[in-house]
Amino acid sequence: MKKDSILMRIVRNQCFIPLIALLLLVVFNLVADPGFFKITLADNSAGNPVLSGFLVTILDSGSELAILAIGMTLVTAASGGQDISVGAAVAIAGSVLLRVLCGSNSRPETLQAPIIVAFLVSCLVAMLFGAFNGVLVAYFNIQPMIATLILYTAGRSIAAWVNNNELPVISEPSFKYFGEFIPGIPIPTPFFIAVACMIIIALVLRFTNLRLYTEAVGINQSSARLNGLNPAMIKVLSFVILGVCVAVVGLIKVSRISTINYSVIAKDIEMDAILAVALGGNALSGGKFNMAASVIGAYVIQFLTTTLYKFHVQSDALPAYKAVVVIVLVVVSAPKVREWFSGLTRRSMKKEVA
Amino acid sequence: MQKKKISLKDLTDTNLLLTITIVVFFLMYIGAILFQGGGFTKPQTFFNLLNANAALVILSCGLSLVMITGGIDISVGGVTALISMCCAVYLDFHGGNVFTSLLIALGIGLAFGIFQGALVAYLDIQPFIVTLAGMFFARGLTTIVNTKPFNVANKAFTDLKMTRVIVPGMGAPNRRGVYVDAYVELGVVVAILVVVAMFVLLRWTKLGRSFYAVGGNAQSALMLGINVKRTRFISHVLCGLLAGIGGYVYFLHVGSGSAAHATGAEMDAIASSIIGGTMLTGGVGNIVGTFFGVLSLGTIQNIVSSAGLDEAWWSGITRAVMLCLFLVIQSVVMARKKKA
Amino acid sequence: MTPRRILSFEEVDWNVKENVVLEMRNIYKSFPGVRALQGVDFTLRKGEIHALMGENGAGKSTLIKVLTGVYGKDEGEIHLDGCQGAAVIHSPQDAQNLGISTVYQEITLCPNLSVAENMFIGRTKGMGQSWKKVNADTDKILKSLDIPAKPTQQLESCSIAVQQMIAIARAVDMECKVLILDEPTSSLDEQEVEKLFGLMRNLREKGVGIIFVTHFLDQVYEVCDRITVMRDGQLVGEYAIKDLPRVQLVSKMLGKELDDMSDIKDEQQEYVKEAGVPPVLEAEGLVSDAGIKPFDFHIDKGEVNGFTGLLGSGRSECVRAIFGADRVTGGTVKMKGKPVKINKPLDAMKNGVAYLPEDRKMDGIVGDLSVRDNIILAQQVLRGFFRPFSKAEANKIADEYIKLLSIKTASADTPIKSLSGGNQQKVILARWLFTHPDYLILDEPTRGIDVGTKVDIQKLVLKLASEGMSVTFISSELDEMLRTCSRLVVMRDRQMVGELTQEDLNQNKVMSTIAGGDEQS
Repeated sequence: MKKDSILMRIVRNQCFIPLIALLLLVVFNLVADPGFFKITLADNSAGNPVLSGFLVTILDSGSELAILAIGMTLVTAASGGQDISVGAAVAIAGSVLLRVLCGSNSRPETLQAPIIVAFLVSCLVAMLFGAFNGVLVAYFNIQPMIATLILYTAGRSIAAWVNNNELPVISEPSFKYFGEFIPGIPIPTPFFIAVACMIIIALVLRFTNLRLYTEAVGINQSSARLNGLNPAMIKVLSFVILGVCVAVVGLIKVSRISTINYSVIAKDIEMDAILAVALGGNALSGGKFNMAASVIGAYVIQFLTTTLYKFHVQSDALPAYKAVVVIVLVVVSAPKVREWFSGLTRRSMKKEVA
Repeated sequence: MQKKKISLKDLTDTNLLLTITIVVFFLMYIGAILFQGGGFTKPQTFFNLLNANAALVILSCGLSLVMITGGIDISVGGVTALISMCCAVYLDFHGGNVFTSLLIALGIGLAFGIFQGALVAYLDIQPFIVTLAGMFFARGLTTIVNTKPFNVANKAFTDLKMTRVIVPGMGAPNRRGVYVDAYVELGVVVAILVVVAMFVLLRWTKLGRSFYAVGGNAQSALMLGINVKRTRFISHVLCGLLAGIGGYVYFLHVGSGSAAHATGAEMDAIASSIIGGTMLTGGVGNIVGTFFGVLSLGTIQNIVSSAGLDEAWWSGITRAVMLCLFLVIQSVVMARKKKA
Repeated sequence: MTPRRILSFEEVDWNVKENVVLEMRNIYKSFPGVRALQGVDFTLRKGEIHALMGENGAGKSTLIKVLTGVYGKDEGEIHLDGCQGAAVIHSPQDAQNLGISTVYQEITLCPNLSVAENMFIGRTKGMGQSWKKVNADTDKILKSLDIPAKPTQQLESCSIAVQQMIAIARAVDMECKVLILDEPTSSLDEQEVEKLFGLMRNLREKGVGIIFVTHFLDQVYEVCDRITVMRDGQLVGEYAIKDLPRVQLVSKMLGKELDDMSDIKDEQQEYVKEAGVPPVLEAEGLVSDAGIKPFDFHIDKGEVNGFTGLLGSGRSECVRAIFGADRVTGGTVKMKGKPVKINKPLDAMKNGVAYLPEDRKMDGIVGDLSVRDNIILAQQVLRGFFRPFSKAEANKIADEYIKLLSIKTASADTPIKSLSGGNQQKVILARWLFTHPDYLILDEPTRGIDVGTKVDIQKLVLKLASEGMSVTFISSELDEMLRTCSRLVVMRDRQMVGELTQEDLNQNKVMSTIAGGDEQS
C-alpha cells in the first residue's frame, strides 16, 4: 500500500515526464552508439585545453535554452500564454550589444565601450521590448501569442535596422569568453551563466513572493486583484524578467561568433523554449509552475537536438524528427491519456490482488 | 452614413469589428490613390493584389474557422511548403498528372487537419502545441522530400499556371495606348469560391453556428447540446482541407517547390484574421473581414514598396505596426463597448 | 456495507408506477478521493414539482449532472417513461433527446450569440439555419413569457436575470418530460421569481415533471409538491410537502436536531455606541464607475450593519466602492476620523478593511492554489513582495485557521477548488480574518452554501463584533440579516433610500422600505 503511494507520488511529480524522456534518450544513445557519451579534453583554437563531446555540446547549447525557459515559465504562469518573440528579441539584444561595442565603426580595432556597459544597454533594450509585450498583454488584454506576434514579425527587421544592416565583427578575444571558454576552465561558459541564472531565480523564488503572486494572477486574476495584487503589473514584470533572460542569451549568442546574422540568430528558439516549458509539465494555460521541471525540459530538448545531429540529420530536417518526439511526449503527458493509463494500471492491479 | 444611426451597442461584436476593418481598408486604398497616385487607380493593380494573395486568403479562411472555434493552427505555412514540394517532385520526377497532384495536395492538408484535430479535440491538448509540432513536422519533411528548390517544368501544369481569367470591362490602355484586358489567375477564382462557401457555412449552417458557440463558451455549448469535441475536430479538419487547397493555389502561383516557401505564412494568416476582426479568444469573427484583412495587409505592403522603402526590414516593421494598430483598436473598442 | 439487490427492469411493476416519468436507482459516483453518490434513488412523477434538498456537498449537483450526462455514473440505472430498458445518457445531448431539459445554476448560454440562437442552437434538425424562422419563433416565446429581450440582441447585452430567464425559456420550449432547475432563482428578483413560479405551475398542469434545486426554503414550500432530501451523498428520504414541516426538513438536511437557529437570537445584543469614538469608517458622497448614485455611509466600532435591497439595487456596488474594487470617481472616506484615499483594494486593505466578495468562484478563491496559499494570500500581499512567510510559518497559520473555523479539507495542501462551497467560503473568511481587519465586509457570505455553515458564519460575525470588529453583512435572506445586523441600509435602484435601526428592524418594515412604501430618508 505504502509502496504504491510512493510510486504514484513519483509518477505525479512534474519532473517525472522530462526525466523519463531524458532516460529514454540516454538509453537510446547507449544502445545506438555509446560513443555519444565520450568526452575528450583537447586544445581548442585559442590553445586552451577544453572538454568536447556531445554531452558538452548539450550543456553548452542547452544552457541558452534553459535561461530562456526560466523567463518563459514565468510569462506562461502569469499570462497564460507564451512569448513567441524571444528569438527576434535575442536578435535585437545581440544587435544592440554589438552596436554599443562597435560604435559607428562596424569593425573596430578596440571596443568602443566596456562589455558590461554594452550588456546593460542591451539588457535595458530587451527589458523595454519585454515591457512593450507585457503592456499589450496586460493593459490591452491581447492574448500573449498574438501580442508577441508583433515583435516576432518586426524583431529581426529592427535588429538589422539597429546596425544599418551591416554585420559588425568584434576582434577582441575576451568577448568570446561568454559564449565559449574562459582560459583555464575546460567547461563552456554558458553553462556557468545558466547556473548563475538558476541560482538567482531560485533565490528570488525563495525570498520573495514572486511565485505566489504570479500563480495567483495566472489562476484567477479577478480574485488576485481583490486581494490587493495588481495583475497587470505582475504580468508586465514577468515579461520584463523574460527580457533579462533574452539579453543574457543575446550576449552568449553574439559572443559565440563575435558577430551576428540577423535572420539566423536564435532561429526557432522560441519554439524550443515553449516546448521546454510544456515538457516540464507546466500548464500552458498558466497558473502553477515548476521551474526546475522547465529547466530540465530545456536540457532534454537540447539532448534531443544533439542526438539528431549526431545521426547526421540535416539541420533543416531536424524539426520533423523533433516534432514527432514532441507529439509523443505531449500525448503521453496529456491528462486524458494519463487518466486512461492509471485506470489501466489500477485495473490490472485489482486483477492481481484477486 | 447609415452606420452612424446604429449605436455601438446594437452591433454584434462580429459586425462591429468587420465594419472597422472594411472602413480602414477603403480609407487606406483611397489614401494610396491620393498620395501615391498612378498605379493604384488601375484595376489591374487591385487584381494583382488578389493574384499575389489568393493562397493567403484561403489559408486565412481556414485559420478564421479555427480561431472562431477558440483554437489556433500555426501549421498552415509549413503544410503549404510541404504541398508545393511534394507536388513539384511528383510532377517533375515521377511524371505525374496535374489532377493527381491536386489530390495529393488535398490529401496532405486533410491528413494534417485530421491528425491535429484529433489530438486537440479528443485528447484535449493545447492547439498551439499540437500545430506547432505540425509546423515543425511539415517544414522538416519538406527538406527530407527534396532539399533543393526547383521550378516545375511539367507542361500541363505550366499551362494551368498561365491560365488567366479575363475580367470584362476592367481593362485599361497601356503606355502605348493598346487596350489590355484585366485578368486574375485561377487561384483567385478558387479563393473567391472558398470565401463564399465559408461565409455561407458560418452564417447559415448549424455547423457554422456551433463554431461560434464553442468559441464563445465551450462549457455552455456542451450544456446546450452541442458536440463540442466533434465541432473542434471538424474546424481543424476544415482548416487542414483549406490549407490543402491554399497550398495548391500557392503552388500554382509560384510554380516551384522549395523548403523556404510560405515562410511566415501562418503568421500572415493569423494577422489577416485578426485584422479582419476575428478574436483570438474565439466566438467572434467573419470571413468577409478576413478577406479584407488579407487585402489590407497586401495593400500596406504595396504602399510601402511603392514609397521606395524596399529595404527588407521595412516590410516586417510595417506589417508589425499594422498588426499592433489593429490589436489595440480591437482591444480599445471592445473595452469601451463593455462599459457602454 | 451489505450489497443491495437491484431489481432488474422486468421485475419492476410499471403498472403501479404509471405516473412515474423518471426513476434513478442505486446510483453510485466517485471522484478521486470523494464518494459523491452512494446508492441514491430518486423518483419523479408526472406533473409534480419535486424539490431536491441537501447541504452543499450532499450530492445534489452530482446527481443532476449524472442525470444530464455531464458525468458518467459508476453504477446504477436510470429509467425514463416511454423508454425501453435503462436509458443510456452519455452526454447532455443524449439527455436532451430523451426529453430532459436543464437550467443550471450558472448561466450556460453563449454570450457571443444572439438571444434567438441561444434558444435554438443544438436542437434544430437539419444542416441549415433559417434566421427568419428562428427569430420569429423566439419572438413568440419571449413575448409569451414576458421576457424583455429582442431575438437579435446579443446575449451578453442582456442583464443576468434576463439571461437566466432565456435559459429557462429554452428549456421550457423543448417540450421536455423532465425539467431540471438547478438553483435558477439565485440571480432573480422577487417579481422574476414569481414569474418563474407561474411558469412552473403552468408546466405542472401540462404534466411535466420538474426537479427544483434551491437553497431557499420559502420557495420550496411555495411551489413544491414533494421533497427528496440528500445528505453526504446518500438518500435521506422522500416526503410529501405537507408531511415535512420546515424545522424537520432542516434537521433532516443537517442530520441533527436543530436548535442553533434559536440560539443565535439570544446571542444578539443591543448595540450601544461608545461615546466620543469616531466611526471606524465614514464615507461621504462616495461614488464609483459601477453606476451607483453617491452615498454617505458610516460604521462604528463593534457594529454589525447590513445593506439590503433587491438584487441589482446596488448593495454590492456600494461595498465594492468602499473597498476600492470598482474605480472610485468621487467622495471622501475617513477612517477613525482621519481622511484616507482608497483607490484600489490594496489601499483599503492597508487601512484595515477586508472584503469577502459576492462571487466566490470568480472573485474569491484561487482555484488551483492550496488551501494554505489561499489563506495567507491577502496577508502576504500586505506584507509585501520581499517578505514571504516561510513554509513552516505558512503551515502553522493554515493549520490554525483550519482548526479555528473547522474547515473540512484533506490537508492544507489540497487545492481549494476541490473543497465544497461552504468550506471554500470558510477559507476565504480565514484569509481575511488573518489580515486582522478593523472592518470586515461580507458580501453574500452565505450564498450557495449549506445551512450548517450559514449558521456558523452568522455566529462568527456576532462573535467578531463583540470582540470589537466592525462588520458589514449582506445577504439575500432577510432573516439572516435581521438576526445579525443592528442597522440596515436599504437600497433601491442604485440609491440609498433608508436606514433602519432598533424597532424598525422587522420583516414588514424592511419590505416596505425596499418597495418604497414610505419614504423616510
